[in-house]
Amino acid sequence: MSLLLENVRKSYREPSGHRLPVLGISRYELAQGEQAALVGSSGGGKTTLLNVISGILAPDSGKVVVDGKDIAPLPEVVRDRFRAVKIGFVFQTFNLLPAFTALENVLLGMSFSGRGVDRAFAISLLERVGLEKRLDHTPQRMSVGEQQRVSVARSLANKPSLLLADEPTANVDPANQDLILNLIRDTCKENKVTLLMVTHAMDVANKFDRLDKLADFNDPQAAYQGAAT
Amino acid sequence: MNLFSIAWKSVKQRSVASMLTALSVALGVMLMVVVLVIEGAVDGALNQRSIAYDLIIGAKGSDLQLVLSSVYRVQPPIANLPYMYLDQLQNDRRVETAIPLAFGDFTKPQHGGFPIVGTTNEYFLNEYTPGKMFEVADQEGTRQLSELYDAVIGSQVAHRNGWSVGDQFSIVHGSADSEETHDELFTIVSVLRQTGTPNDRSVFLNLEAVYILDGHQKPIDEVETRLKDFYGNDSERLGIALQQMEELKTRRAKGQQFGDESMGYGLDTPEAMKEITAVFVKTREVFDAISLQSQLKNGSKAMAVNPIRPIKRLMTSFVGPIKSALMVLTGMIIAVSGISIFVSIYNSMSDRKREIGIMRALGARRSSVFSIILAESTVLCIGGGLMGWLIGHGLSVVFAPYVSAQTGLLLDGWALNPMEFVLFPVLLVFGALVGFLPAMTAYRTDVADALTS
Ligand SMILES: Nc1ncnc2c1ncn2[C@@H]1O[C@H](COP(=O)(O)OP(=O)(O)OP(=O)(O)O)[C@@H](O)[C@H]1O
Ligand SMILES: [Mg+2]
Repeated sequence: MSLLLENVRKSYREPSGHRLPVLGISRYELAQGEQAALVGSSGGGKTTLLNVISGILAPDSGKVVVDGKDIAPLPEVVRDRFRAVKIGFVFQTFNLLPAFTALENVLLGMSFSGRGVDRAFAISLLERVGLEKRLDHTPQRMSVGEQQRVSVARSLANKPSLLLADEPTANVDPANQDLILNLIRDTCKENKVTLLMVTHAMDVANKFDRLDKLADFNDPQAAYQGAAT
Repeated sequence: MNLFSIAWKSVKQRSVASMLTALSVALGVMLMVVVLVIEGAVDGALNQRSIAYDLIIGAKGSDLQLVLSSVYRVQPPIANLPYMYLDQLQNDRRVETAIPLAFGDFTKPQHGGFPIVGTTNEYFLNEYTPGKMFEVADQEGTRQLSELYDAVIGSQVAHRNGWSVGDQFSIVHGSADSEETHDELFTIVSVLRQTGTPNDRSVFLNLEAVYILDGHQKPIDEVETRLKDFYGNDSERLGIALQQMEELKTRRAKGQQFGDESMGYGLDTPEAMKEITAVFVKTREVFDAISLQSQLKNGSKAMAVNPIRPIKRLMTSFVGPIKSALMVLTGMIIAVSGISIFVSIYNSMSDRKREIGIMRALGARRSSVFSIILAESTVLCIGGGLMGWLIGHGLSVVFAPYVSAQTGLLLDGWALNPMEFVLFPVLLVFGALVGFLPAMTAYRTDVADALTS
């Protein structure tokens, strides 16, 4: 089991003091190496879910088991390190640090794991995404598609067991969409990394063997009914 | 990549702002270094190292003026001592060396108005500063004052006028602005090497030559009054002196002239007629200096001054506060530049929210992003400081010859003031201080929020 969520609830406290329930998931799991697309309406809580899984946000209650470890009760600093080591991230856009070259952005991904940087591996990752000629380019000298490929390489820098992607192809032109999508899926497969990808686009989602609709397993209203937060 | 190199990246990314803020720190540190170098030079020129004598003896009056006139040659001298008093000192068993000096004349204004010092060759045979002997610059003719009209000149005098051995000059009486030129021509026999002391801008003549210069001889009755005043309660010496004066009077009455007219008048001058301005004294023991000093305190018309003490007083009451004021000023410049670093980094924080979010998503801890921002401000402070430190010392080295030619101050551009050793630790703390608020902003950044914004 790579990912297991149990009775996870997450709400936001609004400025009015009101609680906004966003997540109420009784059970959700992904097997090791599995690849799943997650679709849902805008504002449905997809990003919130990814943040809870990665430990950026702590759930109000419930278990978030990643690679066999429940990270929900861990203090933030431990979750940070855990994220650095176990979880890769690809965002929709503006992923890279502008002052850093492609290679440096990948090395940056290694900087917080406490394991030191492995330059040769970083270069091999960039070769894998076809950017061996762009090692020293800063983001503004690369196309959006190239930038996104750098972030794919970076997300794998620490050999994570779980890769989270939040609409990674939304800002990329159609020609590059497939390229990046395949790149993510293939590299995950090669490295036996579990993949959870959030997307709006059904044509993208339909390519996955497993397609989860957030609304199907998320019922925040019910989860927060009765039980006092 | 460590946190430091990540911080360095962001410094480089905002290179213009970084450069400007670092430069403002550099400016402050540079000024501070220059102030310290100059202060070091002034201190070096004014402190005990500038004279190797234990006591300066002169007529009673201001001790500071005695030191300033005889050692630094910047003030008009106080009253004179009878020449006969020198003999008295030289025979004192506490005194090892007693060297007479007479001041009052200057080189012509067009020759820089340098002070004339009448003295004896002994002056050059003693250390001018502890452990340092006069040396003669690399040129032919290493004679000292042997002929009556010989002159030995300091390095600055030579440099200013382009004088060298064999050149001749005449001097003016009284003050440097005086029109009253003495007719006598003096011949340079030696040019001294630079010493970094007021000797560099002095012209040394034979003490004897000074006495025979026209206009240096006071009317006989005036000398008599002064002798009576000085030796008021030493009837034995006063008797000898007055007897010499009587002899002079009778000789003059007979129209007799002694000596050689071509060598100037007044070779018949009896000792009682001669005066000196100051005597540099080396005592045998430290205690001898104290004993001599306290002996002269009572009932004597002369005083013995420790050459260090009045200058120390001057330093603490005058030079010290100026230095402090300049240090406060440069400190304020550094403080203001620190604020500019703060403003620059703080303003960049909103642009960097996303970057911080990305780093946190990659597993950076709050403390890591905090440290990155802190490293950035300290890099700017220390980097700017280092730059200013190098420029400050570099400028001092480059301008040292010019300053030394203009003022005689020997700037040691690479001399390190103890304050400089605390400068960098202070800048480190300061950098951390100005970076603290922006770093806190980074620390508090909400990752989820930063990633969606
Ligand atoms: N920090 C926050 N404070 C309060 N409410 C929030 C916060 N972040 C998100 N929300 C709310 O929680 C809900 C879920 O947001 P989330 O970003 O997870 O949705 P999403 O599914 O990722 O949407 P989209 O597809 O538009 O990216 C939204 O109604 C949003 O307004
Ligand atoms: Mg979202």
